[in-house]
Amino acid sequence: MLRFMIRRALSLIPTIFLIITFSFIIIRVAPGGPFASEKQLPPEILAHVQKRYHLDESVPRQYVRYLGDFVRGDLGPSFRYKDFSVNELIGYALPPSMLIGALALLLSVVVGIGAGVISALRQNSWIDYGAMSLAVIGISVPLFVIGPVLKLGLALDHHWLPTSGWLGGRSGWLVLVMPVLTLALPYMAGIARLTRASVLEVLRADYIRTARAKGLTETVVVLRHVLKGALLPVVSYLGPAFAGIITGTVVVETIFAIPGMGRLSIQAAINRDYTLIMGDVIVFSVILVVMNFVVDLCYGFLDPRISYS
Amino acid sequence: MKKHIPAGLGWAGGGARRLCFRRNGSKKQKAERSTINGKPESQSGRSLIAIGGPILALLAALALPLAAQDFVFNNGTEPQSLDPALITGIPESRISYALFEGLTVNDAQTGLPVPGLASSWTVSRDLRTYTFTLRDTTWSDGTPLTAQDVVDAWLRVLNPKTASQYAYLLGDNIAGADAFLKGQGPADHVQIHAPDRHTFVVTFVGPLPYALAMLAHNAFMVTPTFAVNRFGPGEWTKPAHFIGNGPYVLKTWRPQDQIVVVKNPRYWDAANIKLHTITYLTIEDQNVAFDKYRAGEIDYVPDDSIPVGRIDEIRLRKDYHHQPSSSIYYYTFNVTRKPFDDVRVRKALSMAVNREELVRQVLKAGDVATAGFVPPMGGFATTRGNGFDPDQARRLLAQAGYPGGRGFPKITFTYNTSARHKLVCEWVQQQWQSILGIDMDLHNLEWNTFLDTKQKTHDFQIARAGWVADYLDPSNYLDMFKSRAGNNDGLYSNKRYDALLGRAATMPAGPARNQVLEQAEDILVTQDQAVIPFFFYVTRFILDDRKWGGICLNTIDIHQPRWWYPK
Repeated sequence: MLRFMIRRALSLIPTIFLIITFSFIIIRVAPGGPFASEKQLPPEILAHVQKRYHLDESVPRQYVRYLGDFVRGDLGPSFRYKDFSVNELIGYALPPSMLIGALALLLSVVVGIGAGVISALRQNSWIDYGAMSLAVIGISVPLFVIGPVLKLGLALDHHWLPTSGWLGGRSGWLVLVMPVLTLALPYMAGIARLTRASVLEVLRADYIRTARAKGLTETVVVLRHVLKGALLPVVSYLGPAFAGIITGTVVVETIFAIPGMGRLSIQAAINRDYTLIMGDVIVFSVILVVMNFVVDLCYGFLDPRISYS
Repeated sequence: MKKHIPAGLGWAGGGARRLCFRRNGSKKQKAERSTINGKPESQSGRSLIAIGGPILALLAALALPLAAQDFVFNNGTEPQSLDPALITGIPESRISYALFEGLTVNDAQTGLPVPGLASSWTVSRDLRTYTFTLRDTTWSDGTPLTAQDVVDAWLRVLNPKTASQYAYLLGDNIAGADAFLKGQGPADHVQIHAPDRHTFVVTFVGPLPYALAMLAHNAFMVTPTFAVNRFGPGEWTKPAHFIGNGPYVLKTWRPQDQIVVVKNPRYWDAANIKLHTITYLTIEDQNVAFDKYRAGEIDYVPDDSIPVGRIDEIRLRKDYHHQPSSSIYYYTFNVTRKPFDDVRVRKALSMAVNREELVRQVLKAGDVATAGFVPPMGGFATTRGNGFDPDQARRLLAQAGYPGGRGFPKITFTYNTSARHKLVCEWVQQQWQSILGIDMDLHNLEWNTFLDTKQKTHDFQIARAGWVADYLDPSNYLDMFKSRAGNNDGLYSNKRYDALLGRAATMPAGPARNQVLEQAEDILVTQDQAVIPFFFYVTRFILDDRKWGGICLNTIDIHQPRWWYPK
């Protein structure tokens, strides 16, 4: 188990290295530079600006310099936001994304699994049909429709909730409600459908029949045996979902003006903020790889047939 | 125009403070208190992450006390910096006006320069040397502000190491500054001096008619060089270290979220600053910003936050204010490329657009149609240019060898992605097709790519362009078309034009100079048609002027927070 973990941790290194290399090249191939502006700079000033950010050096040297700084944990200065380093900007943007993401995921796991299990146990009842119809809607209606519709109803027609913004403003924690709901809906729907299908399958498995034959109560059968087996596909769905949800969703962050990673990354790309794009990409990929790793560990817990030796 | 009372003028008698109740006030205060409940949640968020510092800032900046003296508005994108020497954009400059002050500032109503840090000035006989008397005041930390601070601040902007993108504004205009900026001369050759604590002397390269207006620009603001040296670039602008001389000081800065400034009690005119705080929100999406206004969460939607697509709904509102401004929307030709190297083709295209119809029926925002290029200002009269004349347009095109558009090559129009630009060029495309029989492809590019195409490689035939004045003077519009000028994207070149502008640069402001500039403009658009002007933008904003004053429509579209007050 420990050896497996170390091996997986080590395999992160070449992955990250490849990601850095690819992004470094792709960014520099894009037309336009970080200091392009409608009012053109005199060459002597442009030269100093470029020197400050080492853009006057050859691309391979810039690359080596970047790798060196990266190893020391320094993602460099932002090209666009002159008063902040990339570390600082990510430090500001990651917590809001993570908070919204974690709450949304928590909500979708609790409601989604609950609805899925109940629908499966009461297959073809009105609860089942109702929940699954809602789930289809949740999956098929895009975030950029759900968000504004919620906003229209809850914030503009009735002033129950603030339209947008973040903690520390005039409206307190109420700003969290709509973004969390919006973000949670598709995941909730996905999890509910997955859980239902998976529970239905497990219910027909031999070991469930055995468990019932042993005389276990239905509650114990469902909670200990059915759920454990049925959660495998849900967990493999959750890994990437978690990585995606906590690293920020551009649409939700834009609609609700959340100072998170999604907006930061989009602005970085638009501004050709080379170091900030790199920083975002690295953070995204590290989180994704780590989440996949966590999912692999969960498999071992949920399914005794999997071993890591 | 509506009645606006700038704070500086006879404020004491204003008597408007009685009306300081804000809509939804009690409701919001309730929400405010419940912010405390938000605390544990964000703390649990902290445990999730390794980089936890900023969350503390987030907690520290919990609810601001809500009072009618707290003004909140959307500032658009995240500022590049708060250092006035480094900034280039409009959102940044809006913050700089709160935090710093230069020798002059822009008046709320006229936009014209009025005394700022300098209480008065005298001008030498040759109109080149200005002697300013500074107010007896201090920085926000209590350090006395002296004339030497102004010298140091300007030298910092000019210092090539600062890499200020607006340094050329000082370099081009102050005697001896250009050499220092280019690293070819010493700092003490720059003609700026501080003979005593309250006297500051600057000598310009010529009798700049726009000198005082230019001095209100953020590049000329006074920054605390001692603080820059103590804390270093990028650090001195953080709330913990911030020192300024403006009407407000920096309290909070959360990237992508908000910047809060509070009244500076040490500001020389603090008695007339009536707002306690101003919150600058960072919302890029205009629809989100406008919804926030509709819900009563923000007090002001500046020009760049108004959603173009909803103008039909917005222009009916009582709190929508607009007025023509001094910025121009135009198309630029690459005059070195066929078929646009032929002036008859360029003229034909200009005469084949009905600009009145464009602004009335397509844009509907109140923009002012023009075939001339420089907005009327200070006695300068805009040329008539080559306006809508479909018959003459067809004749010119036939003379150029393309009767009825036959044989005319397929042309491409390049613009940067934006709803408004798309609307305009689709309409233009249809006009040229129906009047001249010309086919045009529309090619949209993302902003940075667009700039590259237009400026560096000049790889375009016709491109969309716009210009907003840095300061109110016709030369600021015309200089960019001088041969080989940095912003001359279309590679236009005319010796007589260059000569006229060279002459205007050495003339004092007045009818004679205006005449020279008018001639130049006439060559640019009427004779050579180097560009196709379409309209002067309107300056506009959404603001309930029964509640807030001091934000007025002015042609230069600069609204300094110093004048803002609650009614």
